[in-house]
Amino acid sequence: MTPHAEHHGHDAHHGHADDGHAHGTLGSYMIGFVLSVILTVIPFWLVMDGTILDKNMTAIAIMALAAVQVVVHMIFFLHMNGRAEGGWTMLSLIFTIIVVVIMLAGSLWVMYHLNTNMMPMHDPSQLP
Amino acid sequence: MTMTTTLTAERSRAQQAPVFHVADEHAHPEGSSTMLGFWIYLMSDCLIFAVLFATYGVLGGNYAAGPAPKDLFDLPLVALNTAMLLFSSITYGFAMLAMEKGRVSQTQLWLAVTGLFGAAFLAIELYEFAHFIHLGATPQRSAFLSSFFTLVGTHGLHVTFGLVWLVTLMVQVNKRGLIPANRRRLMCLSLFWHFLDVIWIGVFTFVYLMGMLR
Repeated sequence: MTPHAEHHGHDAHHGHADDGHAHGTLGSYMIGFVLSVILTVIPFWLVMDGTILDKNMTAIAIMALAAVQVVVHMIFFLHMNGRAEGGWTMLSLIFTIIVVVIMLAGSLWVMYHLNTNMMPMHDPSQLP
Repeated sequence: MTMTTTLTAERSRAQQAPVFHVADEHAHPEGSSTMLGFWIYLMSDCLIFAVLFATYGVLGGNYAAGPAPKDLFDLPLVALNTAMLLFSSITYGFAMLAMEKGRVSQTQLWLAVTGLFGAAFLAIELYEFAHFIHLGATPQRSAFLSSFFTLVGTHGLHVTFGLVWLVTLMVQVNKRGLIPANRRRLMCLSLFWHFLDVIWIGVFTFVYLMGMLR
């Protein structure tokens, strides 16, 4: 354990830079807040107006904006970086993201195909 | 005496042989691992929400001839809800800044404001749920509504427990001040609160906005 780590919990108002936890400043919180307001307003505006982009483009746009907003929150509100806790928070986050992506993509993919293949056949002439 | 000789002998052997482990347990000051441990809890919570999102993704289109998202969702209300949670996030940030400067009353004030925004969020969500149930859109109605209520309800439950925790910490800070233990607790709640806002981004995007596009 590094000498810095011994100071965890104590002296939280000293040593902002490298004590293992990242702290925000008023500036970083405000940047994060303004960015998230913008990234929230745009998708709501796109969907509520409904005429700016077609449906597929809107769907892609709001998903992309959500992904960007998640990253903004991670950096400016959750103070994620590769140095906090000796990199272990970042490592556990990456691991979680991998598991989540495999699970979400896998579930949606498999269940979509199941749904398609299990569709009842309405047309009797199609029956063997 | 024999102990010392054995130790010396062992040490000299250790110098020759490769060492695969640290011989002495190093000191762990109280709370030094709390933040990492709490972060790992949040990651496990993330998995819970991922499972619920996957369930909603699979079942979200099965209306069973019942109401569809377009018949139910009221986007201005959802936007208001989102604003409440976003405001509570930034006010919690202000509370953390006040905490770092050691200002007790300012910390308490911002925590109270955060609590009010959180309570407003919950009130709006409960109103929405009550409205749906009044319309007959209960969790039993269709697979879409079951998965909707499970996902959004779990998030709401997390916010509820976050509020309970927030009030508890306000009492703690009031009694003991900003002692190291309380600072650590406030930092954990900060992670929890901002994490809930991150989950809400997923909820309003995938459930509400995508629901309106279906």
